[in-house]
Amino acid sequence: MGKYIVKRFIMMIATILIIATLTFVLMHLIPGSPFEGERTTNPTIQANLEKFYKLDEPLHVQYLSYLKSIVTFDFGPSIKKPNESVNELLARGFPISFELGMLTILVALLSGIILGTIAALRHNGLVDYFAMTFAVIGISVPNFVLATLLIQQLAVTWDLLPAATWSSPLHMILPIIALATGPTAIIARLTRSSMLEVLTQDYIKMARAKGLSPVRIIVRHALRNALMPVVTILGTMLAGILTGTFVIERIFAIPGMGKYFVESINNRDYPVIMGTTVFYSSFLVFMLFIVDIVYGLLDPRIKLHRKEGDA
Amino acid sequence: MNGRKQKKVSSHVKVLQVDNLQVSFRTYGGEVEAVRGVSFDLYQGETLAIVGESGCGKSVTSNAIMGLIPQPAGIIKNGSVVFKGKELTGMTKPQLRKIQGVDISMIFQDPMTALNPTLTIGEQLTEGLRTHKKVSKQEAKQKAIEMLALVGIPNPTERLKQFPHQFSGGMRQRIVIAIALICEPELLIADEPTTALDVTIQAQILELFEEIQQKTDISIILITHDLGVVAKIADRIAVMYAGKIVEIGDKRAIFYTPEHPYTKGLLNSVPRLDLVEEELQPIDGTPPDLFSPPKGCPFTARCPYAMEVCDHVYPFTTTISESHSVDCWLQDKRAKVLQEQS
Amino acid sequence: MTNSQEVVSPQHVKDEWFRPLPKEQGKAEAVVRPSLSYWKDAWRRLRKNKLAMGGLIFLILLMLFAIFGPIFSPYSVTATDYPSQNQPPSATHWFGTDEAGRDVFTRTWYGARISIFVGVMAALIDFFIGIIYGGISGYKGGRTDSIMMRIVEVLYGLPHLLVVILLMVIMGASLTTIIVALTVTGWVGMARIVRGQVLQIKNYEFVTASKSFGAKSSRIIRKNLLPNTMGPIIVQMTLTVPSAIFAEAFLSFLGLGIAAPFASWGVMANDALPVILSGHWWRLFFPALFISLTMFAFNVLGDGLQDALDPKLRR
Repeated sequence: MGKYIVKRFIMMIATILIIATLTFVLMHLIPGSPFEGERTTNPTIQANLEKFYKLDEPLHVQYLSYLKSIVTFDFGPSIKKPNESVNELLARGFPISFELGMLTILVALLSGIILGTIAALRHNGLVDYFAMTFAVIGISVPNFVLATLLIQQLAVTWDLLPAATWSSPLHMILPIIALATGPTAIIARLTRSSMLEVLTQDYIKMARAKGLSPVRIIVRHALRNALMPVVTILGTMLAGILTGTFVIERIFAIPGMGKYFVESINNRDYPVIMGTTVFYSSFLVFMLFIVDIVYGLLDPRIKLHRKEGDA
Repeated sequence: MNGRKQKKVSSHVKVLQVDNLQVSFRTYGGEVEAVRGVSFDLYQGETLAIVGESGCGKSVTSNAIMGLIPQPAGIIKNGSVVFKGKELTGMTKPQLRKIQGVDISMIFQDPMTALNPTLTIGEQLTEGLRTHKKVSKQEAKQKAIEMLALVGIPNPTERLKQFPHQFSGGMRQRIVIAIALICEPELLIADEPTTALDVTIQAQILELFEEIQQKTDISIILITHDLGVVAKIADRIAVMYAGKIVEIGDKRAIFYTPEHPYTKGLLNSVPRLDLVEEELQPIDGTPPDLFSPPKGCPFTARCPYAMEVCDHVYPFTTTISESHSVDCWLQDKRAKVLQEQS
Repeated sequence: MTNSQEVVSPQHVKDEWFRPLPKEQGKAEAVVRPSLSYWKDAWRRLRKNKLAMGGLIFLILLMLFAIFGPIFSPYSVTATDYPSQNQPPSATHWFGTDEAGRDVFTRTWYGARISIFVGVMAALIDFFIGIIYGGISGYKGGRTDSIMMRIVEVLYGLPHLLVVILLMVIMGASLTTIIVALTVTGWVGMARIVRGQVLQIKNYEFVTASKSFGAKSSRIIRKNLLPNTMGPIIVQMTLTVPSAIFAEAFLSFLGLGIAAPFASWGVMANDALPVILSGHWWRLFFPALFISLTMFAFNVLGDGLQDALDPKLRR
């Protein structure tokens, strides 16, 4: 287990380094200084910025200081909001996005696993049919489409739920539904197919031959094995959800990172874009690492390396 | 060895009575009649082997006794299974669960897949006991250690905490046996218990069966296609073909005076140490399609002695001796005349 | 041994039936079903899957409309017509008009062109890079393989959409950059699958054996190996298309799509967002409907292909 963790940790560091380097290279691919030709910035600010980013120094010095700024989580000031640093934006926006993301994955996990399990237990039955129809539709409807539909029907036409902002649990319902539907559908499909496979295994037959109750067989014997594949996709799924928050926050006017990020894209506010990307990527890669460790803890067969080829 | 066998024959406590059992499966292609009227009795302390080719209905028979026919595809169409005076076929699932694992246990073919990879051996051993009998965690653990020792697992106390992947195939099958026996059942159904094992380990497991039977007087139904296994531990043998028991008798009768052409064919198709020079003869052809089973004897198409009557009517059962009967038209007087003529 | 079949009383068993049965040739042989080629068999199974076939038919129709729809439309995609702005669907403008008076029906088919083009190109480029990278990795094996796969493993951990966003910001939004950005991150999954399939091919013993037969080996590879190994690759390609379509729409929605006045479904949905509350539902409804339907069609087709091409499920 220790070796496994170390290996995963090294992989995590390598991935973050690649992201950081990629960001650095891309930043320097922009013709000229990233701050040139910005009509809104005055020469003093530009000089300051160039100094902050050490643009006057050789490339390797820039790279090292850039890496240092990442390690110390210091992404510098925003260009468009000169009195705010990227750190301040992150500190303000990220907790809200994090809350939205975590609630979403929780909802998706719970409902997806329940839906998928019931569908598997009623294989080829009506419930199965409806659950899987829902799942394909859930995968096919983009979250921003769903979000606008929800706002129009539930918030505007029927006036059931508030349409915007993040001020009370009631306000959170629509954005979470919009963001969680896709992941729910994916988890439900995955749970169903792996549950169906597990249910044909001899150890399930053996558990039945022991005269155990159906609930115990499902919960103790089947679910734990069936959820292994679900755990493996949690990392990538979280990436999807967190990037999904960008649009969902924009649609629901939630003051999370997504709002600042989309703003920064539209204004070409490079430090904010870079900072957010590096921060989010590192966060996601770290979550991926956690998921891998959890997987290792759940499956006693994993000691040194996991099986090849599975996502 | 012989003394034990003698004792058994004298035991006439009927543990299980299967009568005209019929099981079908609904599939996309139609209804498969997997078991088509199987009847047999089983006495206390006895080992009955059910032999036959794959697909002949032997596993379905054992699953039906156990109440493990997969729902809703499988249906018990007819017949009865009486276990110690209790009719099992009409029981509800909760009623069945009071018998499964407690009075009747089952062992599966592949020990590599029969144990849950994510639970420790200890959990898998004790959960049946804890479900069925009101015992404390400590008592259950103690019993589990005893069982592991009984089936020959060294250091049972430490090994309780281990996971299945930390055991070899033979060890795992021993654990599966320990799990099956932990509630002290009266009937053990072993579905191909040695097929997936090495030959040397096979012998060890078979010895374990004999040892346990001596200690506990348990009745065993052994499902197998391996006549070597049968020769070693069975008391009686039922030969199944296309969902029917075509011949049943004690081991000596089946091995030395088989009457059904299929039984003879089966015996000729395996190597025998006492008949070195004889050539092995496979049985030509394949078993009939059970989507539409023939109305006569299902073996007709492959039988070297087939008569017209075999195609028309399924043969009546002929009792050869108290413990040996066969379903074959060759037993009919008229067929004997025919044979003498030619 | 009670008989389950109709009970025949002993008197009905006629004496003359006790004669040897003439041996019929081949009676003992099981009926062998006619053997179909792999592709024919897969197609037969796919055709039985109504949902997948529905998806396939929808996609064919969509492509026909995307190609020919704009030609027969009297309206231009880009030309503005302010007098007839923001009209609801009517006989003249079937899907209504946008704030510049452009016909939403015409723009929807142009959007289809772009979405499908992005999806198919992304899938094809992924396929070629994946085949080369995964092929080399699997074929060479050993050290090369483990280094190449380590790289893939690290790249697999990258949050794709973030990298795509980053690339788009730097390169500037255009159709080419969307495709480039999507394939830069997308080929990794395909490379893994291809490598797995190549390793599988290598493991067939008769591949080594067949080398000595010369001409015959190509036949074996074509007849037996390629079908079995192409299955997962085809399924992966089918499922890459909807995720690329989604990514394009997502990027457009973030303001990183192709520039107005050209249309993609994502751009149209993004443009419609501010006006959705003023009741101009058709502006969002039609592009959203077509994004969803197209992704749905590709998803069910991919699922259907997965079932149809899986040799394990053959019956």
